Amino acid sequence: MPAPPLDPVVDEARLQELFDATVAAERRIEPRDWMPEGYRRTLVRQIAQHAHSEIIGMQPEGDWLLRAPSLRRKAVLLAKVQDEAGHGMYLYSAAETLGADRTDLTDRLIDGRQKYSSIFNYPTLTFADVGVIGWLVDGAAICNQVPLCRSSYGPYARAMIRVCKEESFHQRQGYELLLTMMGGTDEQRAMVQDAVDRWWWPSLMMFGPPDTDSPNSAQSMAWGIKRHSNDELRQRFVDMTVPQAEFLGVRLPDPDLALDPETGRHRFGPIDWDELKRVISGDGPCNAERIARRRAARDDNAWALEAASAYAQKHGARS
Amino acid sequence: METVYDALDAAHGGGGQWAFGTGFDDPLVGVDTTVPDGVDPADLGAYCLMLGDDALVLAQRLTEWITAAPELEEEVAFGNTALDLLGQARLLLARAGSVGVLGSSRDRASATVPDEDALAYFRDADEFRCTGLVAAVNGDFARTMVRLLVASTVRLAVLTRLRGSRDPVLAAVAAKGVHELAYHRDHAARWVLRLGDGTAESHSRAQAGVDAVWPHLTDLFTATDVEQRLAAAGVAVDPADVREEVHDVLATVLTRATLRVPDRPGDVPPRGRTGVHGPELTELLGTLQGLAREHPAATW
Repeated sequence: MPAPPLDPVVDEARLQELFDATVAAERRIEPRDWMPEGYRRTLVRQIAQHAHSEIIGMQPEGDWLLRAPSLRRKAVLLAKVQDEAGHGMYLYSAAETLGADRTDLTDRLIDGRQKYSSIFNYPTLTFADVGVIGWLVDGAAICNQVPLCRSSYGPYARAMIRVCKEESFHQRQGYELLLTMMGGTDEQRAMVQDAVDRWWWPSLMMFGPPDTDSPNSAQSMAWGIKRHSNDELRQRFVDMTVPQAEFLGVRLPDPDLALDPETGRHRFGPIDWDELKRVISGDGPCNAERIARRRAARDDNAWALEAASAYAQKHGARS
Repeated sequence: METVYDALDAAHGGGGQWAFGTGFDDPLVGVDTTVPDGVDPADLGAYCLMLGDDALVLAQRLTEWITAAPELEEEVAFGNTALDLLGQARLLLARAGSVGVLGSSRDRASATVPDEDALAYFRDADEFRCTGLVAAVNGDFARTMVRLLVASTVRLAVLTRLRGSRDPVLAAVAAKGVHELAYHRDHAARWVLRLGDGTAESHSRAQAGVDAVWPHLTDLFTATDVEQRLAAAGVAVDPADVREEVHDVLATVLTRATLRVPDRPGDVPPRGRTGVHGPELTELLGTLQGLAREHPAATW
């Protein structure tokens, strides 16, 4: 049940002033604080989308858990996929501090009413994809998420600190796998290059539409939910990744990619935004498969959760 | 401008361990690997394969649940349990390799493949020494939890005794493993209680799980010659010694879960421990080993 207002005579304009001052001073909004309804709604949408991405994101790599070609890689990948489940749990909990409910959010994911990161709708064709997802996809996620550690909403910001630490492990694990594979056979090197070719552009799309076409960004920046624009973060990712690609010995699949000597930043070619729209709207290679798996996990096992509730009721345990 | 890694780098320190799992190439580093006096290394290696293969194969089965579990907490629990078992398997397979027990795996795996992987990826099913209990398919969540209860009860009973082994590696693996196994058994037992004493549907599923798993108890408690020799030398545990304890624990949990405890199956000579397996192990190994065997010269 939501807490009653601390002072019912205080009008909303005054509460709004306090909220604005808190955000302006870079202090945190906490669950007990008054907040504008739009702020709450935006946060729930963003945090849920992030949580869904973690959970759906278990699948592309999870496909290789049973087939990982060494026991060390299997252990590393298991630990990573397990971290992702953990991230989903923290994030759903953060959303619950805003009055959302995990079960309801899961239903919204499965019914297609809420989105998740479009990147996870691409298939993982070889084991090199596991490394490239760690390097590029988790690398892009880190660029997106490190600034969120300073997000204005306290529970989200705090969850992101832990998430980012673990993501940085994952990024290194991925890169280390690729380094090892590049030192292996010609076939392995070809596998790595092929995976980079397939994942590079979708990774750039992870930062969202260009600033000129990102309707919610300005409000989110004003609220301190978002700290940098999509294009700014995308540029940062490219600048960070190019030297890593050189060290690894792979080619990034963009003939226009070049260092601008004046700005010290990299210019890159046009992104296929139609592809992003198609994949987000459900027409990616694996959308149906990803959702079907979540639906099956929920529906096929519903009886077990019902049993747990029934047992808790019978035995007076906390549900 | 803020660099995305600055804040994170400091938290992890440097050194060779810049990513999880790096810098630990030899799993037995720092452990005394001397074979105890009067023990045949071939016996010791064979015994390590029995315990190691049980852990590896059960870890693989539990991993099948990842992304298919009833709730996120169970995804994490399956992952944790599988990781614990995988860790035990790696130490035990490495130990088998260190005493020269590699079967035909070394003929197939290239020299750069470590012993643990040669044994896990390049042996055929008939060289595996796991029991039918762990090789069996998962079935539904109830059967999976009943099997985990039985397997962790047996393994906890064995490892508890193995802490006093004259082999320092086995003793060390057991000392660490008992803490892990106690959690696995507890986790499985709690689910068996909830399912057995939950709804009519969960009760019937749990009972079906018990009935499906029970026949696998039949060859668990008969020692192989290797186990008998090593048990006499104070290195291994004779599985017959844990029979009563295992049945007592299982009967206690099942009874509290309002489930019917099936009759004890009669003891038969060991099957899985001597390399006799059903098609489900071949299938499991096909998945586990496929990629590694497709690229025998690769480095991962």
